[in-house]
Amino acid sequence: MRISAMFDRLKGKRPALVAYLTAGDPSPGRTPALVAALERGGADLIELGVPFSDPVADGPVIQAASERALEAGTTLVKVLEIAGEIRRNSQIPLLLFTYLNPVLKYGVSALARDAVNAGIDGVLLTDLTVEEAGETADLLRKAPLDTVFLAAPTSPPRRLEMLAKRSSGFVYLVSRMGVTGERQSLSDSLAPLVSGMRRVTSLPLVAGFGISTPAQAALVGRMADGVAVGSAIVRLIEQNQNSPGLENKLESFARGLSSALHGVNA
Amino acid sequence: MKSSQPDALGHFGEFGGRYVPETLMAPLEELESAYMAAKDDLAFQAELHGLLLNYAGRPTALYHARRLSETLGGARLYLKREDLLHTGAHKINNCLGQALLARRMGKKRVIAETGAGQHGVATATVCALFGFECVVYMGEEDMRRQRLNVFRMRLLGARVVGVATGSRTLKDAISEAMRDWVTNAGSTHYLLGSALGAHPYPMMVRDFHRVIGVEARAQMLEREHRLPDAIFACVGGGSNAIGIFHPFLDDKKVKLVGVEAGGRGTQPGEHAARFSGGSPGVLQGAYSYLLQNADGQISLTHSVSAGLDYALVGPEHAWLRQQGRAEYSSVTDEQALEAARLLSRTEGIIPALESAHAVAEAIRLAPSAKDQVFLVNLSGRGDKDMDIYRENFVELDAQGTGYAH
Repeated sequence: MRISAMFDRLKGKRPALVAYLTAGDPSPGRTPALVAALERGGADLIELGVPFSDPVADGPVIQAASERALEAGTTLVKVLEIAGEIRRNSQIPLLLFTYLNPVLKYGVSALARDAVNAGIDGVLLTDLTVEEAGETADLLRKAPLDTVFLAAPTSPPRRLEMLAKRSSGFVYLVSRMGVTGERQSLSDSLAPLVSGMRRVTSLPLVAGFGISTPAQAALVGRMADGVAVGSAIVRLIEQNQNSPGLENKLESFARGLSSALHGVNA
Repeated sequence: MKSSQPDALGHFGEFGGRYVPETLMAPLEELESAYMAAKDDLAFQAELHGLLLNYAGRPTALYHARRLSETLGGARLYLKREDLLHTGAHKINNCLGQALLARRMGKKRVIAETGAGQHGVATATVCALFGFECVVYMGEEDMRRQRLNVFRMRLLGARVVGVATGSRTLKDAISEAMRDWVTNAGSTHYLLGSALGAHPYPMMVRDFHRVIGVEARAQMLEREHRLPDAIFACVGGGSNAIGIFHPFLDDKKVKLVGVEAGGRGTQPGEHAARFSGGSPGVLQGAYSYLLQNADGQISLTHSVSAGLDYALVGPEHAWLRQQGRAEYSSVTDEQALEAARLLSRTEGIIPALESAHAVAEAIRLAPSAKDQVFLVNLSGRGDKDMDIYRENFVELDAQGTGYAH
């Protein structure tokens, strides 16, 4: 259980840095090195995005990354291979981050088995609601994989309780209404969501959506046990995809975020 | 059968449900409770009824297509003339219902997706009528195919936003509308245009279109003193089909036939026949039959008719098919075009390309159905498709003045 172990280790010290990237962007061969760079820069958990053709929860940056990854031939099978390769050199927790349909097509049982074999630690399916999660979540948990669910600022207490019950590893808090993407200012909807969620669970809480700078990360890190950064990383990859300096840039970007979190007492 | 589906979570058997990011659950639950309250509110129903009567032009005619029937020499064909409604298609039934609901929820901004543009036009129309701000998302490929409807929406005061992602058709427009809604749900109602998406949409959109089948059933009994042997309707998302089918579900002897777009071939990407070429999966909120590749990515689709050009079929249709209550076939671009020409020439009625698919299937089966009565849902008129008809019937366009020879 690499995810819980990581949060246990950081408990009382600092919030975790959760880094998202779309696997296979700009090419499947490149992803393990990009993940290694993020880890060197201080990322504590990697969300490996599995590209989907119709990503309704994502803003333009991750949509474009999904298109690039699909065009480069990325499939769920390939993402599992990538995970296996990352796992050969690293013990960083890995969370598959995707939509339900590719998983249904692969077969939930088959995926649960193959993901564990590849060294994946958990799964977040953005369009799997707790109402529909039953069998899918059970199969993943038995594998064993952590099942992470999204909680939103508009989720009423009744839903927060359902989400907490279905989640393991951590709960992902959507810090503001909308799709993924960088924002100028942070929303004030996060604080009430954190306190509402704390009331119903002792699981670590990771906040994401709209966080892109060290200052924002530090601010969010005062409330949450982890801070997720996605679109800013993906945009950096997009802008430097043809540059040999991409890995260094990613590493130093992650280091900036991680340093900001080191100053925060969780 | 009709009262039991869907269940409280929007399931039609295993199909339907709610597959959306958690951020959309609160708006969906708000919409569901507003709709359930409105449904039982006599004042709401009376206002909707009044608008359908005096604004949209209901009830629509049930027309016995005598010359077409004689030409085919078999079944007696009746057309349910939804093409005569204001804005030119059945879509206005649902738009009026949802606009009333939006007003009841205090929303001042309405967004919608559109494929052929018929739903976009109907949405722009009701927004003008109710004074709502209106934004319509439309794939750039569809904007090209349906230029006249783009202009029509703009004339009505709507902002049409082109969507340049993916296949640049209906499914991409729906994704973009969902992204807008998740960001602006407080002020905004998403006026989804077909029996698709997450609960309560498939149920609610069906309910607003049931009036088609309710009227047709009464009209048929009055005219023929019997129910039809078969009902034909085209199925993109499937709103006009579910609207005419639903009041007949318990009339087990009435055959229900949904007609999908067979496009220009059976290869992936060449059609939108979800039942023959697809398998169950999740897209944009619902679990149903879906055109997808081996990796679970959504396939591109093709149809000459933009309104049928969508990768997922409405979930209640998947359930009706599984129950054996309805059957589904497909018609090619070419058959639909030919049916449109035949209907135009025998009856003086130019159908929308979507509706021409239903007509084509009835035409195919009519000659071997002597003494039977067929009911075809003529869901829309062909004005919007004139450019495509011109491209496909070049010999007509090339006749010049007709006096040269």
